[in-house]
Amino acid sequence: MEAVIEAVGLRKKFGNFAAVDGLDMRVPRGSVYGLLGPNGAGKTSTIRMVYGFSPKTGGELRVFGQDIDVHWRAIRARIGVCQQENTLDPDLTVEQNMLAFAGYFAMDAAAARARSAELLEFFSLETRRKDDVRALSGGLARRLMLARALVNAPELVILDEPTTGLDPQSRHQLWDRLLDLRAQGLTIFITTHYMDEAAALCDELLIMDHGKPLVRGTPAALIASHSGKAVLEITNPSEAARAAAEASGMDTEDFGRRVIVFAEDFSELEALRAALPPGQHVLRPSTLEDVFLRLTGRELRE
Amino acid sequence: MKMLSRISSRLWRVWARNLLVYMRTWKINFIPPMAEPVLYILAFGAGIGGLVGSVRVDGATVPYTAYIAPGLIAASVMWQSFYENTYSSFVRMFYQKTFDAMLATPLSLEDVITAEIVWGATKAVASTLLMGTVIACFGLISLPEGLWLIPLSALGGLAFGSVGMWLTGQTSTIEMFNLPIFLFITPMFLFSGAFFPVDGLPAWASALAQLLPLYHLTQASRALCLGTATAKIWWNAGYLALFTVVFYPLAVEAMRKRLIK
Repeated sequence: MEAVIEAVGLRKKFGNFAAVDGLDMRVPRGSVYGLLGPNGAGKTSTIRMVYGFSPKTGGELRVFGQDIDVHWRAIRARIGVCQQENTLDPDLTVEQNMLAFAGYFAMDAAAARARSAELLEFFSLETRRKDDVRALSGGLARRLMLARALVNAPELVILDEPTTGLDPQSRHQLWDRLLDLRAQGLTIFITTHYMDEAAALCDELLIMDHGKPLVRGTPAALIASHSGKAVLEITNPSEAARAAAEASGMDTEDFGRRVIVFAEDFSELEALRAALPPGQHVLRPSTLEDVFLRLTGRELRE
Repeated sequence: MKMLSRISSRLWRVWARNLLVYMRTWKINFIPPMAEPVLYILAFGAGIGGLVGSVRVDGATVPYTAYIAPGLIAASVMWQSFYENTYSSFVRMFYQKTFDAMLATPLSLEDVITAEIVWGATKAVASTLLMGTVIACFGLISLPEGLWLIPLSALGGLAFGSVGMWLTGQTSTIEMFNLPIFLFITPMFLFSGAFFPVDGLPAWASALAQLLPLYHLTQASRALCLGTATAKIWWNAGYLALFTVVFYPLAVEAMRKRLIK
């Protein structure tokens, strides 16, 4: 499968601090590729290099097979970027935001108007055409950011935490639109802090920390290889419960107020569960969040 | 030069964006440049003019209102472009993240910054057109030589806009612009020969005034308004061009350092 983004030993340094420290990555055409990691892991630095905003310090980076340092303008013409911050133009209306942006891609006015109308409808924004963007709610503003990022009919969209701060309705609506776009063959490169989002959307994931890649694979494969299939989670464990978990000899992670026991199968956990003193505990399938916390630790960043 | 090779015709799309925003509130934008000269001409012409009478310019005697009118045009060119490329550009860059959004499209940093400076110069020209029309109605602009005020204002706008953008590239907070306004723009406004001839000042002060870009813009504007332009006007224009040539690359470099991480 053709690679839309290809990084080899990619590095970004700010003074002595290595924000990205030797990243290899290959994003196949037509896939949704997720980049996960705690704050400060190097996700945004990576994204900024991919769209030719930050010059890389070292390594190789090709987008559509072309060197980003040389062909940045041609590459940017074929990608859409939805930045983490709201960068909508507050001096313009909803529709003017679309048209001005189309202008930056040197689209002619008729094509821009047609494309804008199509996208505003796709994101259910057609009734807000004349509205001031400052009047939009968080969810509407996000949808407009995404609509604007698609105005040039890109082959690759880059989304930096697209659903942060959104209510569940808005998040699910945005996911639906992203899945529609994937069905149309668009390649999507996304960062997120929401593991359910990564699991729901991504074909392939890369978890990174301290500028380095930790693991990669499909969400299901990552869960299977790093936290098994089944989990027993004990909330506010008593001394006896904690001792029983440790004595079980199974793969256990102690998060203080939560003790988590990982297993390949629910049946393996049944004996331990029966032996636990009464209290709060639950058997559940393991999730990407379990993998993430195991790999990146639980201390707070920043 | 590498900087120039990164400029494309797309910069006019950024310029068009600013024009679109300006025209959304055109009624408000058009009033000050049209009302201001009327107020100044009434206050200075009828008020101070009565005390001063007339002023000697290059051996000729001109009424005080005719003396200050070109000074008002020149000062407005400076204020418009400097203000646009400091406060307004800073708001777009820092608060509105407009440049960040633009730099995710095929626009280069050079496209964006050049467009901003050209836009500042455009506002300077717009102010000259509006003010000039009013001043011409008072019969204070000699035509058609006075039409040369249009390219002159564009040049002045590029010079002051480039200085402003250079400051925007290194200013940490918007309040910091008070400093160059207080130290550079306001003194220049007062001591560039807009309101009184600088040759009346002590020799050192008069020599210092001639280093100010607004002095040259005022001299050139006055020569065009009075219809007394000589070859000397090329020196004035050259001085403004020099400011642009020096500060434009400094402005782009300062913005690159600031924005590209």
